[in-house]
Amino acid sequence: MYAYDQYDQAMVDARVAEFRDQCERRLAGKLSEDQFKPLRLMNGLYLQLHAYMLRVAIPYGTLNARQMRMLATIAEKYDRGYGHFTTRQNIQYNWIKLEDAADILADLATVEMHAIQTSGNCIRNISSDHFAGAAADEVADPRPYAELLRQWSSFHPEFSYLPRKFKFCVIASETDRTAMRLHDIGIRIVERDGELGAQFYVGGGMGRTPMIAPLVRDFVPLDQLVTYAEACLRVYNRYGRRDNKYKARIKILVHELGAEEYTRQVEEEFAHLLEQGIEPPLAELERIRGFFELPEPLRGKPDAAAGKNDDRQLDPRLRGGDGDGGELGTWVQHNTHSHQHPDYVSAIVSLKPVGGIPGDATADQMRVLADLAERYSFDELRVMHTQNVVLPHVAKADLPAVWQALSEAGMGTPNADLMGDIIACPGLDYCSLANARSIPIAQRISERFAANGKEATLGELKLKISGCINACGHHHAGHIGILGVDRKGTENYQLLLGGSEAEDTSLAKITGPGFDEHGIVDAVETAADVYLREREDGERFLDTYRRIGMAPFKEALYA
Amino acid sequence: MPEATTIRLRDDTPCMEPAVTLEAFAEQTNAVAVRIEPGGDARALLAHLDRLARVDIAFPAFTDGRGYSAARILREAGFAGELRAVGDVLVDQLAYMRRCGFDAFAPDAPIDMADAEAALARFPHVYQSAADERTPIWTLRHEPGDAG
Repeated sequence: MYAYDQYDQAMVDARVAEFRDQCERRLAGKLSEDQFKPLRLMNGLYLQLHAYMLRVAIPYGTLNARQMRMLATIAEKYDRGYGHFTTRQNIQYNWIKLEDAADILADLATVEMHAIQTSGNCIRNISSDHFAGAAADEVADPRPYAELLRQWSSFHPEFSYLPRKFKFCVIASETDRTAMRLHDIGIRIVERDGELGAQFYVGGGMGRTPMIAPLVRDFVPLDQLVTYAEACLRVYNRYGRRDNKYKARIKILVHELGAEEYTRQVEEEFAHLLEQGIEPPLAELERIRGFFELPEPLRGKPDAAAGKNDDRQLDPRLRGGDGDGGELGTWVQHNTHSHQHPDYVSAIVSLKPVGGIPGDATADQMRVLADLAERYSFDELRVMHTQNVVLPHVAKADLPAVWQALSEAGMGTPNADLMGDIIACPGLDYCSLANARSIPIAQRISERFAANGKEATLGELKLKISGCINACGHHHAGHIGILGVDRKGTENYQLLLGGSEAEDTSLAKITGPGFDEHGIVDAVETAADVYLREREDGERFLDTYRRIGMAPFKEALYA
Repeated sequence: MPEATTIRLRDDTPCMEPAVTLEAFAEQTNAVAVRIEPGGDARALLAHLDRLARVDIAFPAFTDGRGYSAARILREAGFAGELRAVGDVLVDQLAYMRRCGFDAFAPDAPIDMADAEAALARFPHVYQSAADERTPIWTLRHEPGDAG
């Protein structure tokens, strides 16, 4: 994985010193809260309901054991012994004191980490596929491009006071595991006539006005990648709306101009910027690529294992479903993903125990993950946007030991992509923007489906919960989505069906009137039962919904 | 008086003429200083850059970043006169403004010169190209003799 050189380290160290100075000026009253706010946000520090929250960047979700151990140390030293992995592959701490913030950043800098631009109206941490570089279906590892964009966007002088936040995502496969088209800019690395280049999807997003990003450019050569991104951002910085924060995201600009006119303006700016010579040397991309080579024993991929995990290649102990692998087999069936190398898999560590808080991990659990990464996954971990963690390169022979260790630490729940694998925002338990609680709803649904035994039968079912219309819990993209709203002072939950964050991106639709906090749990079960009744062979919940439409669900929900 | 608090990072004689608005400039062909509001199009000036001594770019609120693009556009077009950031200009934004081509600052609230110098010197390197002369890290890394 990427390692800092003296330049990267010097920049991060300078940022720590700058922020320490800014915090001191704030505490001394020399900076007003209005003046301080954008500065602290650009260092990941939010003021929430009860305390400050610090969001630490995990670039493209990749980290090593040493970094994970530092995250554990910070959880214990400055917080309440745990952290919360987020839908943008970051981690946040919810009980931070302003006085400690600069010290935390200094601790992070010792392990090549930071909180730069994890909030604020600037280019945020770049996200990527959690199986990047391990999955069999990629044309290349997308992370070198994400790293190049990380450097380009760090301390960008022109784009640090944008109309609104700005999120990039970079993938390199047809299969989308990241909600790529629901980002401000989604980039897919593609191969055309033997050359790699970048597709640019611009103007997607969730929030109160969800939009699926249109394709703005089908092929940007790699030696023009940064220049094209710069053009996209400049048009947005100049013409994005600033009169209304709810209409300030780039999706609104692209929508109001129309994709064609936005593209025309970008192409014009791009032609101009090409003359300016702002593109990094290709040698830099080569240098970065060198950090992302597969670990030595995994190279040469004998025969890329195509598609899903093939049970027949597995030791009988590891077989799920009708196999005889028992609990371990079930975990292998649900929580592993095929690897380029046929003897390896990527293993998903569920941070969604039954009745737990989605995405939370204790300091002890983080240390277990660090140990397992060192021992079984070439010192590498990934954070998923689904708020789980991946051990990207695990030998199939090591799966029993990995599962055993995870289970002992409460992280062996075999529920990846099942009902219990819920995405939930922090909601009204923490967030000052929320209208309703998300976490307790996730906990009750998780408990309900563990008790009724339907989870395994239901198969892939992506449930996502947001506590307000800002949609941090991705409810628009859930096969089943839940949106918490405030109705005359009481929490009320709307049910949505039919969203998808995958390559078949779609936005979920509201079923009808909302439910109270108990009713919504029943409603989810009712919707699940309609699927179980109506499904045809091989259909997932989403497929059945798309075939039969909303009516049968409405009928059952509001009978 | 703006002059009293203006920070200037250039050695030539300051142009003391009042700036006219972008709209007025279209008709006043003798004006040598112009002021661009956040919504104004810096490219409207491109045909007249050789007769301009100063361009003021207004920041009514420091959070409105359109002026950064306006500045870079003017520098990219070769404008060599004074580029002045005017308004809600704070010490914590100076370094980015400098990188976008500003070489004068007329803040509403005075900025201590020592603080300004410290802010401008804070970051030892830059990651990307902008309107200044600094060499990006990604170029430094591949220069002959660089220890990497």
